Amino acid sequence: MSAVDDSGNVATPKPSAEKPRHKPSREPRTPMRERAAVERAADFDEVALGYTEELAVAEAARCLQCKNPTCIEGCPVQIDIKAFIGHIIDGEYREGVAVLKERNALPAVCGRVCPQEEQCEAVCVLARKAEPVAIGRLERWLGDYDLACELEHRCVPEVGEPTGFRCAIIGSGPAGLACAGELARLGHDVTIFESLHAPGGVLTYGIPEFRLPKAIVDSEIDMLVQMGVKIECDTVVGATLTLDEILNVEGFDSVFIGSGAGLPVFLGVPGENLNGVYSANEFLTRVNLMRAYEFPRADTPVWRGRRVAVIGGGNVAMDSARTALRLGADEVFLAYRRTEQEMPARREEVHHASEEGVQFKMLCSPVEILGRDGFVTGLVATRMELGEPDESGRRAPVCVMGSEFEIECDTVVVAVGTRANPLLMKAAPDLELTGRGYVAADEHGATSVPGVFAGGDIVTGAATVILAMGAGKRSARAMDGWLQNPDR
Amino acid sequence: MTCQGGNEAHDPGGIVFRIVHKRQLSDVVFEMGVEAPRVARKVRAGQFLILRVDRDGERIPLTFSDWSAEEGWVRFIFMRVGKTTHALSHCEIGDELTDLVGPLGTPTHVGDLGRVAVVGGGVGAAVAYPVARAMLEAGDDVSVILGARTADLLVLEDEFRAIEPTRLVVTTDDGSAGVKALVTTPLKELCEAGEIDLAFAVGPAIMMKFCAATTKECGVPCIVSLNPIMVDGTGMCGACRVSVGGETRFGCVDGPDFDGHLVDFEELMSRQRVYVEEERLSDSEYSKECSCRL
Ligand SMILES: Cc1cc2nc3c(=O)[nH]c(=O)nc-3n(C[C@H](O)[C@H](O)[C@H](O)COP(=O)(O)OP(=O)(O)OC[C@H]3O[C@@H](n4cnc5c(N)ncnc54)[C@H](O)[C@@H]3O)c2cc1C
Ligand code: SF4
Ligand code: FES
Repeated sequence: MSAVDDSGNVATPKPSAEKPRHKPSREPRTPMRERAAVERAADFDEVALGYTEELAVAEAARCLQCKNPTCIEGCPVQIDIKAFIGHIIDGEYREGVAVLKERNALPAVCGRVCPQEEQCEAVCVLARKAEPVAIGRLERWLGDYDLACELEHRCVPEVGEPTGFRCAIIGSGPAGLACAGELARLGHDVTIFESLHAPGGVLTYGIPEFRLPKAIVDSEIDMLVQMGVKIECDTVVGATLTLDEILNVEGFDSVFIGSGAGLPVFLGVPGENLNGVYSANEFLTRVNLMRAYEFPRADTPVWRGRRVAVIGGGNVAMDSARTALRLGADEVFLAYRRTEQEMPARREEVHHASEEGVQFKMLCSPVEILGRDGFVTGLVATRMELGEPDESGRRAPVCVMGSEFEIECDTVVVAVGTRANPLLMKAAPDLELTGRGYVAADEHGATSVPGVFAGGDIVTGAATVILAMGAGKRSARAMDGWLQNPDR
Repeated sequence: MTCQGGNEAHDPGGIVFRIVHKRQLSDVVFEMGVEAPRVARKVRAGQFLILRVDRDGERIPLTFSDWSAEEGWVRFIFMRVGKTTHALSHCEIGDELTDLVGPLGTPTHVGDLGRVAVVGGGVGAAVAYPVARAMLEAGDDVSVILGARTADLLVLEDEFRAIEPTRLVVTTDDGSAGVKALVTTPLKELCEAGEIDLAFAVGPAIMMKFCAATTKECGVPCIVSLNPIMVDGTGMCGACRVSVGGETRFGCVDGPDFDGHLVDFEELMSRQRVYVEEERLSDSEYSKECSCRL
């Protein structure tokens, strides 16, 4: 079942002459239904409930259907936003889904986690005078519409004629999944190797259930399996198999590396190895991947702190803080070196966290973690001031001498960033790396090893789901070109 | 290989981790063999695997005790202590494990070590055995010290004998087998007599701590194989952090072998105890469940 033909074009009948001309509504932006803060902070169910059909239609009606739709340029994968919103206006939902899937294999995921406010919505024509069209919420609604269909009625992109080429993908995060989907569409035989016991990358182990239900990630992955993509979990490339063996023993013709930036960075302050100090990766992996919130029904425990301090200001810090609340903490503090304006987290997530009761401690930085009998009892932090802008253009925080103060807490979650995990690369000496240990790749994802491509966080450092997906898809096209080139 | 998301729906097939061998070594100690051809091709002594028994299961690390690249299986030895190892001990030949991943960790360095005392305490013998064998195969001179609390917890004695180490000393805390002593007594004797150039100790943290202290006094280097709590085993979580010479290292990728004279054992022991309460709860829920099923 597909609304996308072989060339990837949308096969929608266009009886445009008969369609009435679209008259944009002048209503304000349609709010999305959300669960109340007190209710949702007590469980792991999804916070945002999305639009109903009625709300989606009302919001779509606000779109001007511009001749020159600037929104599309704001989208890192250039979804034809005007077209999919147009299909909602016309009640042609399946066609709308097809437009999304032409560019984005995981619309229900992206509709939830993309920072639309900085991307498509930021450049929507309406944003100049009023609030932009809620493009993300409409994308989510269409993605969910597709997921709600029985698998056989879902919009599964058509798989191309088998080419006989075999492609291996390392890592099943957004980069690997997007690459796999595109390669399958192009007719290649695709196998994903994943080191963990479940696919999805950060979508599965990092982003919590209350923001991105795992059932959604699984359904999107099911669609890839439906397209013939094979997923082999429990396979650590660099340990179980090497890059060289994938090419020369297992017989793959080309490889895409999408192994993410999964190595946690710690603060390097005294007391960091006390019990109760977690990297955000460990904390979130225990809770999301291992379902520690269902302990003891699920076997993996997590330390349930009463007073939790989270260090950092990104999405990962927000997710950790909100997870700690849901595990039953009385108080959760979030300590960040700069001010709320500089926080890299999405506005919406900051807003949700503060609604739920996370206490923000801005302009402070931890210098020591205190403990007794091996367990955390507190955090010593120092006050910061904003100095001159640094190379990233943000004002660099400088510490105020003698301003140390203590925060009493029994758990500390460190969410100050991640780096590339060297495990895979150590076993692949020919693969060129950047100075900071990421895989060096050109704009098409080509690496120093012929036939080996890379994209996503493993090339750029920690970024976003949609950028990783875009990179995976671009690499798939480049891999196809490389495979089809008779002179290679 | 088995593979699932949260909905546990898709299982794209391929290789399954079928149990092909099971042997009870004592009341509470078991040896198990599992089909895992890709893993078996890669294992080297000192490395470990992570497994899950079922879909709600915890990921637990176990050291490879034996393997065959030709026949495509790996073996490990475990003591029945908590819920996961209990469940594992109830698995039989023909059953399948949900997950098995490896080989993880840095292999033990062998081959140019000279005269080595390999010390295995309790189930640590399961790690000591392949290490001693690899050392012997690589031309090192190996003495083995095997210790346990009591005779019933002593494992692999026959296997050690079969690889013909230079000497094999058995100790038990209560004297029920071998000499009534801690492993550090014969270790100290060997060090003082100038009979060894290096010690390799693996067992409970407290035993490794004392082996490190004993060898340090005599100026003999000591490698220890650490067993911190782990989640992924590939370097992505940091649960396995250990302090070595004042620096934080990840046990799963930088180790499990470290310079025993530099390891902060107090920290290791403290970190191993973080979930004792939870483990107790998990065990008691599990025994309730088991008695219901009976
Ligand atoms: C808690 C959290 C919240 C986030 N929130 C957002 C958000 O709201 N919006 C947004 O856009 N972005 C968000 N991000 C960032 C986003 O998730 C990442 O940028 C994106 O997932 C990167 O995709 P990737 O495919 O490159 O890597 P990953 O998603 O990291 O996937 C890599 C996969 O490769 C596997 N792997 C690694 N090494 C090996 C190996 N040697 N062999 C086999 N497999 C291997 C890993 O297990 C993993 O499954 C968040 C990140 C985190 C951690
Ligand atoms: S720019 Fe805004 S109004 Fe114009 S088509 Fe895009 S979403 Fe609609
Ligand atoms: S077990 Fe997760 S990093 Fe070592």
